[in-house]
Amino acid sequence: MQFTPRSAPFLVGPNTVSALMRRVSLALLPGILAMIWYFGIGVLINLILAAGAAMTFEALMLRLRGRAVAPAQGSGLNDGSALLTGLLLGLCLPPLAPWWIPVLGAFTAMVLAKHLYGGLGFNPFNPAMVGYVVLLVSFPREMTQWLPVTDLLGQAPSLADSLSWVFTGAQGLDAFTQATPLDHLKTELGLSRTVEEIISDPKFGVFGGTGWEWINLAYLIGGAWLIKTGDVDWRIPAGMLGGIAVMSIVFVALDGDAYRGPGFQLFSGAAMLGAFFIATDPVSASTTPRGRIYYGLGIGVLVYLIRTWGGYPDGVAFAVLLMNIAAPTIDYYTQPRTFGEGDNSDGPGHE
Amino acid sequence: MLWSFHGGLKLAEHKHESNSLPSTPGKLPKQLTVPLHQHIGLPAEAVVGVGERVLKGQRIAAGIDHISASVHAPSSGTVAAIEPRAIPHPSGLSALCVVIDTDGKDEWIERETCSNYRELDRREIIRRIHDAGIVGLGGAVFPTHAKVCCPVVPTELLIINGAECEPYISCDDRLMRERPTQIIEGINILMHALGTDRCIIGVEDNKPQAIESLNQILSLMDEGERIQVRAVPTLYPTGGERQLIRVLTGREVPKGGLPANIGIMCQNVGTAAAIYEAVVQGSPLISRMVTVTGAGVAVQQNVETLIGTPMIDLIEQCGGYEDGMAQLVMGGPMMGFALHTDTLPVVKSTNCVLAAAKTELPARPSPLPCIRCGECVKVCPAQLLPQQLYWYARAKDFEKTQEYKLDACIECGACAYVCPSQIPLVDYYRYAKSQIRAQSRDRIKADQARQRHEARDARIAREAAEREARRTMKKAALNSVGDDADKDSKRAAVAAAVERARAKKAGQQASSQSANPEPTE
Repeated sequence: MQFTPRSAPFLVGPNTVSALMRRVSLALLPGILAMIWYFGIGVLINLILAAGAAMTFEALMLRLRGRAVAPAQGSGLNDGSALLTGLLLGLCLPPLAPWWIPVLGAFTAMVLAKHLYGGLGFNPFNPAMVGYVVLLVSFPREMTQWLPVTDLLGQAPSLADSLSWVFTGAQGLDAFTQATPLDHLKTELGLSRTVEEIISDPKFGVFGGTGWEWINLAYLIGGAWLIKTGDVDWRIPAGMLGGIAVMSIVFVALDGDAYRGPGFQLFSGAAMLGAFFIATDPVSASTTPRGRIYYGLGIGVLVYLIRTWGGYPDGVAFAVLLMNIAAPTIDYYTQPRTFGEGDNSDGPGHE
Repeated sequence: MLWSFHGGLKLAEHKHESNSLPSTPGKLPKQLTVPLHQHIGLPAEAVVGVGERVLKGQRIAAGIDHISASVHAPSSGTVAAIEPRAIPHPSGLSALCVVIDTDGKDEWIERETCSNYRELDRREIIRRIHDAGIVGLGGAVFPTHAKVCCPVVPTELLIINGAECEPYISCDDRLMRERPTQIIEGINILMHALGTDRCIIGVEDNKPQAIESLNQILSLMDEGERIQVRAVPTLYPTGGERQLIRVLTGREVPKGGLPANIGIMCQNVGTAAAIYEAVVQGSPLISRMVTVTGAGVAVQQNVETLIGTPMIDLIEQCGGYEDGMAQLVMGGPMMGFALHTDTLPVVKSTNCVLAAAKTELPARPSPLPCIRCGECVKVCPAQLLPQQLYWYARAKDFEKTQEYKLDACIECGACAYVCPSQIPLVDYYRYAKSQIRAQSRDRIKADQARQRHEARDARIAREAAEREARRTMKKAALNSVGDDADKDSKRAAVAAAVERARAKKAGQQASSQSANPEPTE
């Protein structure tokens, strides 16, 4: 009897890229629900537009590149990475932004930041963050018109109103939009008011910003589940949150009136979303165990620097992109000790 | 006290299918095909001729040089041929084999037994191990006498590997359950030869009966603290020599070195039993325990098989193939290799014949790109960065793969198992390793060629210089030695030569005129 040749190992593990992406998308669910609760149906419209556009552009690029668009083995569209990028982008955008904002963002993310570099596994920068940053820099007005949370607004905008605002232009939206807690904090500190005075504003909740603290908590729950399933390496969130915490503790100790502590910093803005879902994008992050801690730390420190002294209220996107640049160098200098080297060794390695 | 190594995998064991039945002796096949190269080192050379009758246990090929091993006839019969035959190897190539037509009598040669091995000195024991053609039966098939005779430093600790970490394989398990006395006695012989008084037998904790069986014999023989059995956690690849040493002693064999560098020697339980048979019973290595398993074979069990048995005979003894049998693997599903046909012979390294059904070892789907998730880093027992090795091997940047310590890879396959993109990572490492080997071979050849070329250039230059030197010497001799008298005599000689030439010419003209008179018209 004759057989076809194959090579070892013949056992294949159960994990697949599509299953991994699916679990990450699922872990976003608590955060998505919290966002919809606090910001209304506009969030869902953004998600649908962003994810739909992302998948469309990915299908288009796969076609152009002569690749299979949706084969059975879970590659192409079926690997779930386009959906995930779209969801992440959609969650970063202001809730009632015009429809072309998520579509343009998805174009930048999928075409420019991902497929032109070679597709899945080849992008040096986090695609969702490239999309967000390009939008932020090109359309500052649309990108900073955040609705206040429904607690403060009184009543969430209805579906009909949301759709009309998104698709036919945002007349009168200015009447409703307000600065986010981070934005408000930065402006008021700039006007030399103390933290104590500022946080008496209803914008600020128990520990984070009103509404934002629960949204961040929801992301934290999703992220903790991902660490348990092994889909996310604990080192990156630990590094990032640790970096933010340490920086904020240090500066609050120096001057409690001008800085807010870790409780606020960790539960406001995109801190938790960034720590568990954005910085952990495996393709653009550092890949060695020790390197991931430094990478996360770098992002955390940069986030704090940009939030406190930079030109933008939240710095997660820029911090991630800056550390993406540093990732290959971090990897090169953080190779782990090989078995048999080190104390019983003769070889130098990269210790 | 036990230690752990980095990484490792928990795999579905699939051992109960084959380890519940007692082992059975292999049926004598009509023809035995015995390859001459079943070990690391140089192939053995045949010492019998075609047509010769051989007895069971008779040496049919002698090992040459130190790192080599002899090969013996597994049964009595006539040598039908000594020619290249297909052997079990991933390449599918053939190699020289001695083919024996068995006569059914299974007649032994006269064996050199020994009632008390403690009376033998170490040299004698090593000679018997060498003459019996014993090689490491854990799969590496390194000639045992070479390992035992010259360790780099004196052996402080002997470790016996009964871990058997790969799924499906259970031959060591059955051996430990059925022949513990042989194993322990083999260990004693080894310790006597090595001059060691400490031995640890490492057995994975999924083999409680084997542990129990060994402990019973140890308490009967009252070995005390000399020989200990330790149960180690069931984790792939604990059976790897370096990993087992780390688990049992906490020490790491230096990269690029051997366990002997830290005073440790590791042997498989099967090798220990074979040493007993060789030294005490005088029986050379002519058979071994083989696990026949997989859903593609009717009866899954262990068979004490004669070397050279065609695998199809072995499978037929176990009830033949089942429907849906798709792949034949020699070894385990993680580190074994696929066979292209089932008429290949069983060799000394055949610990398992896995007849897999299609659903058991499903085909690997097309790989996706590497997403740098780092799952491979989590499981690598050598603490490497498999994803970087993959990128560089794929880019054919072999220098970089060496920088990232590719030579420390033990090809266990844990990385390829966990990869979510299902990339066949070990294929890339094997490819890179063979390219590096080929490049270094080419470099040595190029160096030799360059040396010869330079030597040739030097020789030619030297000869030219010598010629030149001789010429200048001659010229100098001519110029310097001449004075006036010589110059005059030279001038006179030249003038005389010119006269002779003129006369000759005149004479020629005269004779030609008389021969051809000018016309007078």
